[in-house]
Amino acid sequence: MQTVKMVVTGPFNSGKTSFIGSVSEIPVVRTERKITDNTRSVKEQTTVAMDFGRITIDNDLALYLFGTPGQKRFDFMWEILSEGMLGFVVLVDSARPETFREARRILDTFRGYSPTPFVIAANKQDDEDAWPAEDLKIALGLDAEVKVLPCIATKKESVKEILLELLYVILESAPEDKAPARKK
Amino acid sequence: MALKGNLRDVGLNQLLNLIYLAHKTGALTVQNDSGSAGKARLYFKEGRLIHAALDGQEARLTDVLVKVGKLTPDQARAVRSRAKVDTDKELGLLMIQSGMLNQNDIIQGVKNYLLETVYQLFTWRGGQFRFEANELPPEERITVAVSLDHLIIEGSRRVQEWEHLRDELPDLDVPLRFSDRPDTNLRNINLSVEQWKVVSFINARNTIRQIANFLKVDEFQIRRIVYGLQTAGLVDVMPTAAPAARPVAPVVPAEPVGRGVLLRVIDRLRRI
Repeated sequence: MQTVKMVVTGPFNSGKTSFIGSVSEIPVVRTERKITDNTRSVKEQTTVAMDFGRITIDNDLALYLFGTPGQKRFDFMWEILSEGMLGFVVLVDSARPETFREARRILDTFRGYSPTPFVIAANKQDDEDAWPAEDLKIALGLDAEVKVLPCIATKKESVKEILLELLYVILESAPEDKAPARKK
Repeated sequence: MALKGNLRDVGLNQLLNLIYLAHKTGALTVQNDSGSAGKARLYFKEGRLIHAALDGQEARLTDVLVKVGKLTPDQARAVRSRAKVDTDKELGLLMIQSGMLNQNDIIQGVKNYLLETVYQLFTWRGGQFRFEANELPPEERITVAVSLDHLIIEGSRRVQEWEHLRDELPDLDVPLRFSDRPDTNLRNINLSVEQWKVVSFINARNTIRQIANFLKVDEFQIRRIVYGLQTAGLVDVMPTAAPAARPVAPVVPAEPVGRGVLLRVIDRLRRI
């Protein structure tokens, strides 16, 4: 069976585990641990190695979704998870501007690994303090052609839209399929 | 929905750029939480700065004109005592009619005040901000539209100066000492009043931050003063070592996936 892989990254508590959980057909394989440092006030548990979700495409093909750990001290995992990815989503908590700089740092790090297609998901758009996606794009200092999309990671339809948009970006740069060799 | 955050996370330049590019109208309130306290309120109309107030006070036109040197304090007092008017617009008209100032003086004065207010904000390293859309200044104020593009460029220059000073003087929790370099020519050095004040506090017990707090100057100002003393060869500070950067290994790119595979994934995702 062929597998293709996408990575979901973003700062701590940006919603990566929820994002994968919303569309994965298997319960997300989580590697969470109780938080012991001062980030505990934000949430009780966090991803320390990766999240893993899966969507079966057909009998011969599956899509794997990998979520990176959000805390900076686990960023050595990013390179490992990035190996062979088709593209990546950077999730940003739109209601926490204190994480925007970290989101930009993560994006720059991933772009530095290899020229891989990506989209930015402006998550938590249901929060009344959320910055609109177009304002977030300017705040992050992104080029006009970068897609910054509104997102609610707990809603399946919203996550589907983000993944489809990423696939369209990937499709733009994908090579044409080779025609089968003719028999002589 | 209001845009909220802290200048530590979203810099003033980024905010102004956002307001400029998105042609926003509204009021930006910033509460300084670094160094000296202060509160600023900037008003924008369609991406241009039109009014500013510092420290929670809506400055009257006469105060503004005194601050930018268009009026002396005595002239301002005289105008206020003679004028039986309430609004800045009426006050401005009165000054023009009496021949004290012309319209250009007033507009230029208000514009300079706006610019100086915003430039002050560039030295604030932290502070809660909130942008309320469609909120405009009080009717009676004189508004002057200032384009943000030049302001952002000048702000960037000031931020660069700040960053340069921060690189040169990264740690404020160290004491200063007088330089013992024998080549320093003390005869040709002229110190400003601020520099003299700092010099008078130099001893092994006072850190730079403590001196700044005592003199009520912010981090930008104290760095500027101490850097001036350093480059003049008068004082030295303890250097701090920078942490080593971790090398990043290149990631192996994915094998190219054909369009057929991608279209299958897209088709499946649409149906889940």
